[in-house]
Order: sequence, then C-alpha cells, then structure tokens
Amino acid sequence: MKKFVAAAVFAAFTTTTAFAADVVRMGTEGAYPPYNFVNDAGEIDGFERNVGDRLCELAELKCEWVKNDWDSIIPNLVSGNYDTIIAGMSITAERDEVIDFTSQYFPPDPSSYMALSGASADVTKGVVAAQTGTIQAAYIAESGATLVEFKTPDETIAAVRSGEADAVLADDAFLAKFVEESGGELAFVGDKVMIGGGIGIGVRESDTELKEKLNAAIATMKTDGSLNEMLKKWFPDRPDVLY
Amino acid sequence: MMSFCQTPADLESFAWFSCYLTTANHFSFYWSFITVLLLVFITAPVALLFGFGGAVAKRSTIAPLRWFGKIYTNMVRGVPELIFFLFVPIALDQAFEYVRYKLLCEDSSAPVYQGNDFVVCAAAKLPLSTAEAWVHTTYNFSLAVLAFAIVFGAFAANVIDGALSAVPKNQLETASAYGLSKRQTFWRIHVPQMWGYALAGLSNLWLILIKATPLLFLLGIEDIVYWAGYLGKTKTSFFAYPHGDWRLWYFLALLVFYLAMTYGSEKIINRLSRRFAKGQATLGANEDKAVAT
Repeated sequence: MKKFVAAAVFAAFTTTTAFAADVVRMGTEGAYPPYNFVNDAGEIDGFERNVGDRLCELAELKCEWVKNDWDSIIPNLVSGNYDTIIAGMSITAERDEVIDFTSQYFPPDPSSYMALSGASADVTKGVVAAQTGTIQAAYIAESGATLVEFKTPDETIAAVRSGEADAVLADDAFLAKFVEESGGELAFVGDKVMIGGGIGIGVRESDTELKEKLNAAIATMKTDGSLNEMLKKWFPDRPDVLY
Repeated sequence: MMSFCQTPADLESFAWFSCYLTTANHFSFYWSFITVLLLVFITAPVALLFGFGGAVAKRSTIAPLRWFGKIYTNMVRGVPELIFFLFVPIALDQAFEYVRYKLLCEDSSAPVYQGNDFVVCAAAKLPLSTAEAWVHTTYNFSLAVLAFAIVFGAFAANVIDGALSAVPKNQLETASAYGLSKRQTFWRIHVPQMWGYALAGLSNLWLILIKATPLLFLLGIEDIVYWAGYLGKTKTSFFAYPHGDWRLWYFLALLVFYLAMTYGSEKIINRLSRRFAKGQATLGANEDKAVAT
C-alpha cells in the first residue's frame, strides 16, 4: 500500500517538470494582527503581507503565500516546504542557530504586559500568559513569574479575560488594539520590556542567495520610504517604530 | 456575497449576520467539514488494511515479519501523536524528495542535509514550488492520510491481533477436521469470526479518529476545529466584522456535529455487531434473539 501511494505520488508529479520563474513560498502564521492575519475574504493580510509583496516586486520574485501553524513553522522551513518565514518573528540568537534572518523590517519593539484593568497584577510574581515558542515566553520563564503557554496568540488574551492568567506578555502593537477596543476592560500594566532584536524574515541557512536578494530589497524599502508608509498604515499609534 | 455587504458596519443585526456568515472564511469553515469527512472515510479503510497487515505480520511464523509487526505496533503506539505528526509527514516528504533528488536532479552529489537544512534542487521538490495551491493541499492531505493510517493502523493491528486470538480454538480444529487447508481455515473461519471480537475495539478507534483531525493543522490543512477557533476568536477592527470572543458558539456547533457523527456511527456499529454475532455462541448473539422475539 505504501509503495502504491508513493508510486502514485511520483506519477502525479513527475510529469510536471516544466519551470516557470522561481516561486518563493512565503510562510506565515496568519493569526497575529496587524502583522499578519487572514481577512474576511480568506486572504492573508496585514503589515507583513504588504511588506512581503513589495519585497517580491523589488527582488523580482514570484511569491506565493502559505499559512502554517506557529509550532511547526521552523521545522517546515528547514525541510523546504516553504522558503521564508515572515510571521512577526523576532531575531534571536537561539533561532539564528537553526535558521538565518534577513536584516530587520520592523525595529526592535518593546513587549507589553496587559491585564484586566483594576486588577493589581504583579507581573514579576503572578501567572503570565504567552504564546509557545515566542521570545516573550522565554522572557517570562526567566522573570520569576509563572509562565502559562498557549498555542495561539488569541488564547493568551482569552486566558487573561477568563482569569486563568493575571497578565499576558506580547508585542505592544498586537495588544494595543485589544486594549483600545475592550471598552476599559483591559489595560496595559507594568513596565514595557525590551526583548528581541527586531523582526526579520527567516530563511534557510543554505539559502544565501535568497537572503541577499531580500536584504537588498529591504534596504531599498528603507531608503525609498515605502517601508515607513506601511508602518504608518498598520501601526498608526506608533510613530516611534519608523526607520 | 450580497451587494449590501459592502459596508458591514452600518448593517442591522439580521443583515449583518447574513453577511457575516457568508464571508469567504465562513465558506472555508463549511468546506472544512467535507475535508474532515473525506479524511476519516479515506483513512479508516487504509488504517484497517495496515492494521490487518500488522496483525498478520505479528502472528507470522516467519521471524523477520513477526519482528516487523511487533516493532511497528509497539513503536507507533508508544510515540505521542503530536510528536508523530510533527515528525512523520516531514520525514515521509523528505524520503519522497530524496528519491526524486537522486532521479531528477542534474547534480545529485551534494549532501541533502546541509546543517539543519534539507536541500534538494527545484526539480525534486514535491510538489514543485511552481505548483498550484490545490496541488500542495492535495499532497499534504495525502501525507496526512498516510500518517493517520500508520498511527491508527498500529492500534488496529493490536485490536485485530487480540480478536484473532479470541476466536475459540475448537472452531479452527473443526475446520481442519472438515479438511480445510490452513489458508481456507484462516480466511473462511478465523477472519470472519474475528470481526465480532474486534468490533468494539475498532469502533473506539473510529471515534477517536473522528476527533483527531485537529492534528491536521500541523500539516497546514485547516480542519473544523481550526476554523471554529479562528472565526470565533475576538476580532478587532482590523477585520470587516469585528466581534468579541464567540468561540463558545462555534464550538457548540462542532459539538452538534460530533454528537451527530457519534450517533450515526453508533447505529451502524450496532447493526454490524448484530450481524457479526449471528449464529455465534456468544452473549451478543443471544441479546439479538431477545430483541427479536
């Protein structure tokens, strides 16, 4: 049976070996607005969609967008199921050992704690939620607070609402909209913390050619002002995150 | 999509909902029910086949085959499914691509593993990166079926092995007394009677399989649980239809779906179990008589 399946799979794909222009598959999570999310039309949207499309245009690449779970986003990149990770992934030394990063397209940004307003959450002692495998999760684990991890960013917010966690630590820009639209239910607490070295595009270590192309395109976007335009569009309350 | 859905913010609640429930994402959600049904209905027979093969291998008189059967059932049953699904589809994919690499790449001398990376030439990619999105989806779906079949096949192998052992020995002795060959005894006496004993265990596996589909998202396939979670979560004004945390309602819809599946399965399993018990000297067969009279 296995053999049969394998044979069928080969038969199905060996016939189509004609190559158009190289297609670069862009992997993203699609659950972290405004960085990346799936809009109501079912398309990947957000700041990173705009940046990615512009980069591909500048580097003259044909790009396609792929959605992938955060948990398996790095294994699938190194295994070659897509070619880039453009998913609000901060550049860290730990990740850099496994994959490579382009230069940053989003400057190092403080993370904020958010809690129910009125609650006296002590973010260094209480229970703090974060998404699994993020820089924030690593930070909480060392901060002395009790870390609870969730698979998706939304679950971290739900945990604060339900009282399961005292606070959540995440990128400031992600939380801002929730605070703003909660009608006073949620508020920022504690001090902002500076973690991570900005957001870059993750590529395979062996993919130096793609990395250079993207780096050149990112540099162009920084000088011609198009990156700043997109930052202004998606992060209107953050005049400090411009290049 | 109806024309009045252009400006969702101004709509009355009924119109708002009729627009909201017909967004492209909601159609993906409805479609994912079909994906899930397709997956379980394809996987179940394949897993049963793997299970039957595994059980026969485990009981084989040929030692290497027996070892294979034992290693297969014990290893797969011992590995947590989450890890299995993170690892096996990627490993299968790499195995396929490695074979294609050797066959299709002009220069296949470089090592495929470079540090952490698995690198093959563009021609060996499966599916090709130029392929349409649906090809990628179908390919991932096939990998998922295969991975599910391997996992559930291992459990089924154990169930079937146990059921084969549960068939009374005198049935087989009688068969050979009637002059049936070993092969005939196995296929005409042993296997048909085995189903009655295996059914309860297999029906458990079937129900677990129906609920195991969220693992699909590890392969990038969006199942009903993924969509329910995604659509139900708090939507800020980045979205055209902002709303609060509605996951409860979406998961209630899933609850109805799963209960309906369980109810339907139970009906069919009961019918099967009566059929397998027919003419057997078991309690199940007697119950059947009690119901009939």
